[in-house]
Formats: sequence, structure tokens, C-alpha cells
Amino acid sequence: MPDNDWPLWEVFVRPRRGLSHGHVGSLHAPDATMALRNARDLYTRRQEGVSIWVVPAAEITASSPDEKDAFFDPAADKVYRHPTFYDVPEGTQHL
Amino acid sequence: MNVDRLLGFGDDALVAAQRLAEWHASSPEMEEDIALANIALDQLGAARLLLTYAGEVEGRGRDEDALAFLRDDREFRNCLLVELPNGDFATTMAKLLFLSAYQLPLYTKLAGLSGHENAGRLAGPPHRDDAGRLAGPPRREDAGREDASRADAGSAGPPHPEDAGLADSAGPAGPAGGGDAGPAGSGEGERLAAIAAKARKESAYHLDHSAQWTIRLGDGTEESHRRMQDAVDALWPYTHELTSGEVSRDEWLSIVEPVLAEATLDRPADGWAPGGGRSGVHTEHLSYLLGEMQVLHRAHPGARW
Amino acid sequence: MLAKPSESCNTVEVYGNDIPGLLGEVEAAETALREAAARDTEAAHGEAAYFDAVIKADQKIEPRDWMPDSYRKTLIRQIAQHAHSEIIGMQPEGNWISRAPTLKRKAILLAKVQDEAGHGLYLYAAAETLGVSRDELVELLLAGRQKYSSIFNYPTLTWADVGAIGWLVDGAAIVNQVPLCRCSYGPYARAMIRICKEESFHQRQGFEILHTLSHGTEAQRAMAQGAVDRWWYPSLAMFGPPDADSTHSAQSMAWKIKRFSNDELRQRFVDMCVQQAGVLGLTLPDPDLRWNEERQAYDYTQPDYDELMRVIKGDGPCNRQRMAHRRRSHDEGAWVREAAAAYAKKRAADA
Repeated sequence: MPDNDWPLWEVFVRPRRGLSHGHVGSLHAPDATMALRNARDLYTRRQEGVSIWVVPAAEITASSPDEKDAFFDPAADKVYRHPTFYDVPEGTQHL
Repeated sequence: MNVDRLLGFGDDALVAAQRLAEWHASSPEMEEDIALANIALDQLGAARLLLTYAGEVEGRGRDEDALAFLRDDREFRNCLLVELPNGDFATTMAKLLFLSAYQLPLYTKLAGLSGHENAGRLAGPPHRDDAGRLAGPPRREDAGREDASRADAGSAGPPHPEDAGLADSAGPAGPAGGGDAGPAGSGEGERLAAIAAKARKESAYHLDHSAQWTIRLGDGTEESHRRMQDAVDALWPYTHELTSGEVSRDEWLSIVEPVLAEATLDRPADGWAPGGGRSGVHTEHLSYLLGEMQVLHRAHPGARW
Repeated sequence: MLAKPSESCNTVEVYGNDIPGLLGEVEAAETALREAAARDTEAAHGEAAYFDAVIKADQKIEPRDWMPDSYRKTLIRQIAQHAHSEIIGMQPEGNWISRAPTLKRKAILLAKVQDEAGHGLYLYAAAETLGVSRDELVELLLAGRQKYSSIFNYPTLTWADVGAIGWLVDGAAIVNQVPLCRCSYGPYARAMIRICKEESFHQRQGFEILHTLSHGTEAQRAMAQGAVDRWWYPSLAMFGPPDADSTHSAQSMAWKIKRFSNDELRQRFVDMCVQQAGVLGLTLPDPDLRWNEERQAYDYTQPDYDELMRVIKGDGPCNRQRMAHRRRSHDEGAWVREAAAAYAKKRAADA
């Protein structure tokens, strides 16, 4: 990569208070400060967010699809982690 | 309320918007195209509110479009700085830095807010720590801190880059039209205060954006340093016109000087101080700018668009 | 029904069900994306079989999944061309920002052109997930080795052209893009959903401009009709060559990158426009345009595909101008990009 290419940043936006930051896309910027500002202009032009994170794309370590089974299948039989595993008697409210 | 004074505010914003919009599809990088368009839209929005209000105060039935498209250059009250050609990107950033270092304290005053709140929540001018903060990269802990900073959205806390401009609706004063926002006694003062309260937050962002770029260009490469210094030198004389009214020279310098220092740029000496914009005596450039801006509107008198 | 077209545009009145229908399709595509994600994929052994199973289940291929090289290349070519079109497309409309006839129109147009830059960036970002950098793609554009939509090689000669671009060009783009919200490649589909939602205002503002002009002075009306006359056939050509001559279609359909053929989409666009032209009180420049009861669709005159090929090859009215502008902006910005990179490097060294 030539010296003057701006690195890629991944952008995460918290859409509303109470929600997690979600990945919305990426952009190019010379540094973190400008990345944050560019993200504000690019991804929240329509008031889509209340908070932004930017992360250098090169700093993200991703699981590989080849590791999918090893990574995620063990969770597949742990249904007790999911609320729908439990029978809720009819008529129960606010559970 | 003096109509000329209102026209001065509105024309500054309008002419600045017209110049900034010239950058569309021409910026150094696509992300910057979007940023400049945002700033142009802010200036245009402020111009529309201010000119509409000026027309009402004038009482001759002129709306924003009559004022924008049917006045000649001698009737425009903008400062000379905004009508100067865009030049290169360094020139445009220097123009924006100088203009927003004027508009921020101006709007703060018009909104009836204290000088301290001048600092805004983004690009604080006079405070040492703010100045350092302005230039520095966002600190690590900022990432998890938005909730705290949002909670005191109305106060003049330290700037949080990550909240950049996202708090418009949470600010202390609503957009124009809210009748109870202003501190001034009269209804007119309240109207202007409401406009200024909205524009002020935008100016804080413009100041931040131009300061960030001034610092990067000033402290970037040899070429960018030379271009940035040339731009600052060439435009400096025109800044005196900004500081001959509501905003004092000292106040303006207290915002600009730390940015220049951070950018390793020399602050030019004061000397030649061209003026005349506020009384309608402009540079040669304004007439061309208006010729282009007004051509279609004037070619179809009375038409609706 | 459109007593005050400059104030608001009652889109149900104006568009019948077409635009809400198209936006509904965007919503439906988003829902389908979520539903498909919840389904199990058929058990498949081997990467190619897994790829096929995902496509078959209408699920999305994601960046790090295995994919055939030609799938990757097709997507890069298509997404890049789409991104380039957004960026070059800023020029013809941007041409009228400085002369917009009212401050409100100026603000709307500036916001619209800004959106196009944003959409270009979303699309470049989607392309980058396929392992190509934006700089490489920009270089390919500047070198003339990748194309952009031929429509942007036509000039905007009057203010009404801004309206015609919004109504016809953005209208055609939406018809093209809505099915792409269901594209099998996840990042592209998600970018298209975002873009289609944001673009809903683009076509409406164009329609509103034309409606105001066509109900204005004689000169304004003539301006509006002239713009529609010039933009109609180039807009029809935006859907590409007729199906019989389209080289990439079959494989793209099988991969669910493309969902409808060029001719199907073109017909859909024509059928939409006829009713809308009536509301505008403007004439579409096709003497043979008429309802075909049997086909339940309009018969229409095909655009001049020889002209389309000439324009694609570089001999449209504005090809040279558009590319020269893009190159100049890129070249003149080089010192700024270098400066920011140099500054970042210094600060990183300080830290």
C-alpha cells in the first residue's frame, strides 16, 4: 500500500440510547480523529445514531468461516441459553 | 433591530455556502466531499433563517429568495473574506477557520449564552486543555463514555469527539421558532437568539473541522505546510473586518492562535486591513458569484420554482 | 390534488402504488434477509456445495465465505461500476447547485448530490469486502478500465434537467436497484437496502421540480418538456442491452446477483412512467407508446442501442469532460491526502 493511502476504518453506530453499537459500514480516513468525524458525516446524516465507534479494519481479528463448526456448533446444543427453551405457563405476564 | 446587521449575518452565511458548495465532486477525498457539503448545508440553513427574519424586520415584503436573488452586489452586506475565491484546499480551510472562529462567538452572544459556553462541546477555543484536546486523537476511554457525556448535553463540558454533532436535538435551545429561548427582552431578540442557538452548534463543528485540517496541513508535508502558511498569510488581512463589531479581536485570536501554533504555522503580523463589505463595497469577486447564483431566478421574473 | 407542489408532494396521489410499492419491496427484501438468516441451510459437504446450498436457501454469502472466483469478479465489476456511477453522477446534477432558482431548491439539490457521494462510499465499502481496495478501483476508473453508467455522459442544459434526472434517471435506478436488495452477496444487499431507503426522496424531488415547471410559465413548461424529451431514451438505455445481447445475465441470475432481466425491468419502468407523465401533463417522446391489452403492458419504442454502445465506448457528449473532472479532482487532492497521511504517521511515532 502506498504511503499516502488512507487506511480503512470500520464504523459502529449506536442507533438509540439503550441499544448496542452495530456495524454500519466502513470508510477511509488518515487517523482516528478524522475517521470519527467522517463517520458522523457519512453514516449519521439522517440522525441515525447517538454514538459512534471507529476501529481500524486492520485491527479486527475475525473468526474464519472454516472454523465455523468449532466456534459456533458447541453453542448449538446449549439451548438453555435461549429463553424460548423454557415452557412458560399460559397467562404468565412480564416474564 | 438593524436590518443591515441582520443582512450581514445572513449574507456571510449565504456567500460562504455558495463558495463551499463549489467543492462538490472536487474535494481531495470523497469523505471530505460529504463533510464540505454538510457545512455548506449548515451555512445555507442559517442564511435562510436569517434572511427570512431580515425581510420581516425590514417590512417590505421581501422573503429569503427576494433578498438572495434580487439584490445587487452593492446591497450585499457580507464580509469580504467569504466572497474570496476558494483557491486550493488550504485556502478553503483557512477561510473556514477564520469565519467559524468569528461565527461561533458571534452566535454564542446572539443566543444570549455566556462567553464560557462559547467553548461549545466540541471545539473549545480559549481553554488550554481544550486546545490540546481539539488537536489530539480521541482518547481510548471515550469509546465507552458517550452516555455520561450525553447526560449533560446542555452543559459546557469538555468536548467529546465521538458525540460530534449528534446532539443537535439535545442541546440547550431548540431550533428557530421556539419563542422562549432567547434572553433578550424583545420578541425580536428572542427570534434571533433561537436562530443563533441552532447555528452556534453548527459553527462549533465547522471550527473543529477546519482546525483539524489546518493542523494536518500545517504539520503534514513540506508542500502542505507551505500551502497552508500561504493561505493564512493571504487571508489574514481580511479577518480584521470580522473583528470590528460584535466579536473582539482578542476573542477571535484566542480561538485562532492556538490552532496556528498547533499547526506549526506563523501567525501573520497585523497590517493592511481591507474592509467595506458591511457597507456594500466589495471585491471584484462578489459580482461574479452573484451573477452565477442569480442568473436563473432573474431570467424568469415572478416564476415559481 | 397537487395544489401546492412546492410544499409537499402527496406521493400516493402522484405515484399510485408504484413508489410505495417499490419501497415496500425494499422492506420486504430486508425482512426476507432476516428470515433466510434464521433458516437452516441444507447439510453440505465441501465449500462449493456449501456455497450452492446458501444460494439455494436464499441466504447471503458473506465476505469470508468461500466463493467461486468468477462470482467474486462479477460482483467486484458490478459493485465498482455502481459506485463509480454514484461518484460520476454527482457532476451533471451538481452543475446546477450554484444556479438553483431558490434557496430551498439549492439546499435540496446539495443534499441530494451529497447523498450520491455517500452512496458511492457505501458501495466502495461493499466492494472492499471482496478483497479489492478502493484505491485500486478508483485507479481502474481513472484509467478507463472500469465503466460507470452511460447516462451521466449526457449534459444538464437547463434547470429542468435536474427534475428529469430525479424523475427518470433516479426512477430507472430505483427499478434497477430494488431487486438488488435481494442480491445473494450480503454486504451488497445491505448497502442497497440502505441506499434505496435514502433515495426515496430523490425521485420525489425530481418529480416535484417537473410538476412545478409544467404548471408554471410557458417558458418553464417548455423547459420541462425539453428535458423529458432529451432524457427519456437515455433513461431506457440505462437498463442495458436487450436480453438477447446481454452477456452477463444468465450466470448472474443463477447466482442471484441479478433477479430480473434487463427487458423485464425496462418494461416495468415504462409502465410506471406513463401514468406519472400524465400527472405531470408532459408527453413522453414516443409516438408508438400505447397500452397493449394482451400483454397488459405498454408497447414502446426501444432506445437506440447503437448510441448506447457508442456512449459506453467513450463517445457520448460528456465522457471526456466527466473523466477529466474526476482526474483533476483526484490529482489536485493528492497533496492533501499525502499531508494527512504524513501527519498521522508523525503522531503515531510520537505515541
